[in-house]
Amino acid sequence: MFRTELAVVGAGPAGLSAALAASECGVDTLIVDNGSTPGGQLVKQTHKFFGSKAEHAGTRGIHIARLLAGELQRSPQVEYWSESTALGYYEDQVLLVEREGRAHAVHCDALVVATGAAERHMVFPGNDLPGVYGAGAVQTLMNVHGVKPGERVLIVGAGNIGLIVSYQLLQAGVRVAAVVEASRYIGGYAVHASKLRRLSVPILTSHTVKEAHGHEQVERATVWQIDETFTGVPGTEIEFEVDVICLAVGLSPVTDLLCQIGCKMKYVPELGGYVPIRNENMQTTRSEVFVAGDASGVEEGSSAMLTGRLAGYAAAAYLGKCPDFQNKRAECQRALDALRAGPSGQKVRAGLSVVVSMEAGTC
Amino acid sequence: MLKSTGVPEREQLDAVTPPASRRSKGPVAMFECFERIPCDPCYHACKHGAVKEFLDICDVPEVDFERCTGCGLCVVACPGLAIFILDETPSDHAVVGLPYEMLPVPEPGQEVTLLDREGRELGKGEVSQVSRPRVGSGTLLVKLKIPKEMVQDVRSFRLERGTP
Ligand SMILES: Cc1cc2nc3c(=O)[nH]c(=O)nc-3n(C[C@H](O)[C@H](O)[C@H](O)COP(=O)(O)OP(=O)(O)OC[C@H]3O[C@@H](n4cnc5c(N)ncnc54)[C@H](O)[C@@H]3O)c2cc1C
Repeated sequence: MFRTELAVVGAGPAGLSAALAASECGVDTLIVDNGSTPGGQLVKQTHKFFGSKAEHAGTRGIHIARLLAGELQRSPQVEYWSESTALGYYEDQVLLVEREGRAHAVHCDALVVATGAAERHMVFPGNDLPGVYGAGAVQTLMNVHGVKPGERVLIVGAGNIGLIVSYQLLQAGVRVAAVVEASRYIGGYAVHASKLRRLSVPILTSHTVKEAHGHEQVERATVWQIDETFTGVPGTEIEFEVDVICLAVGLSPVTDLLCQIGCKMKYVPELGGYVPIRNENMQTTRSEVFVAGDASGVEEGSSAMLTGRLAGYAAAAYLGKCPDFQNKRAECQRALDALRAGPSGQKVRAGLSVVVSMEAGTC
Repeated sequence: MLKSTGVPEREQLDAVTPPASRRSKGPVAMFECFERIPCDPCYHACKHGAVKEFLDICDVPEVDFERCTGCGLCVVACPGLAIFILDETPSDHAVVGLPYEMLPVPEPGQEVTLLDREGRELGKGEVSQVSRPRVGSGTLLVKLKIPKEMVQDVRSFRLERGTP
């Protein structure tokens, strides 16, 4: 059996930050991730991050991943297993990890779950045709493997992800026919929308995809207007000749592991779905299990790094190795509060108010 | 409305346009950043203290145009690509500096199609300078020679061949 003081599942910005914080306190840490390179979502983000300069805003996501991974390499107390999937976690504090076709039992004294978020799908006739992609798949093809997903794309969803992926498609030389958005307003930041409009991409609010057409693959999409009750308005149909329909309609936290562990969960729409109840230290109702990043509620890279760091220090404190925890905690919390302060943080604040609870363990 | 179209309103633009007195003196930055979002790289990029310190990371940037030198460091640092340099001092044309992240890289002297904030064609202009400042993660600062009367409208461009 492999033994470690702390096991971290997920090497996105949250997991990497948690591992770095814990190792800074002298905690032996194992970090496992099912991807081939560390960084999680960051390895697909070729744009400059918004957010706090202190959390690397203004730097491209791919470069943030390299920065964090570089720090990890210099940290002798962290062991990193790539292409390794955490399958389950058991009563006796054993994490089961699949690696190179074998199951490894990892005994840990504390666990940080930083498994990120997964994309939602959407129901419409033809949504099973080849050419209907999630935004993450488009990014993986294009930005990780250098493969164009198609020639002409319809984007569904004008949140930050839809807007950013549209821009990245243009950069790859792919045409973006339009961005359609069900809501009356563009959900993403106005600057990202303006960037697209300047490049002649139309953004149609109060519109959604009605149907995808094609024989072997997507050849055409029908879009229509929707009313206040989100019902399609007959007679408003617009046809787009596209070979890709890219869905960017939201993310849900990946919490299977936390559910399996038996952490108390709550459905919080503002945070994207089921999330674990936790205290202010990211500690769940199972006292040695901590959560961080999008798995604790869908937010952003900057906040993922901060909740990750917080969870890392908290896990170290739980293990009796972070004497200065209160100060470190306060520092992370101050930065998080600042990030979540504006109108764009309103949803997250509302969501957190019902899920951060003293019910969860105290370290 | 900006949040339903992605295009800022005239009044919003008027409120952030550097005053004519400053524009007549030399290149100056125009910040088209209207929404309270958590973002502060422009403050850190400016070496002249022209962007006031953010008390709250969601503040929209407040610019001291008298301190701004029009150097363009903020243009390439801004993740939203929302900052532009205006230079109205040449006698027979104006120059607008834009952030650019497309391929191919334009060349000085090249003719381009000028686009406004809605991507509509405004006419022709010429690339006068292309620079890649050390900051800004590789974003280029492209300066375009444009007709004087278009300085408040040109915010993008298309190369004659090969770009979206
Ligand atoms: C298009 C797009 C643009 C974005 N732009 C910005 C931006 O400009 N600024 C910003 O701040 N944020 C941005 N974000 C958000 C940011 O990328 C995420 O919030 C952040 O990556 C979340 O970090 P995380 O560590 O929680 O999760 P992730 O980055 O998703 O990492 C989770 C990792 O866990 C792994 N994993 C999951 N389950 C297991 C398991 N069982 N075993 C092993 N490994 C597992 C996954 O493979 C993944 O590598 C953007 C997101 C997208 C999609």
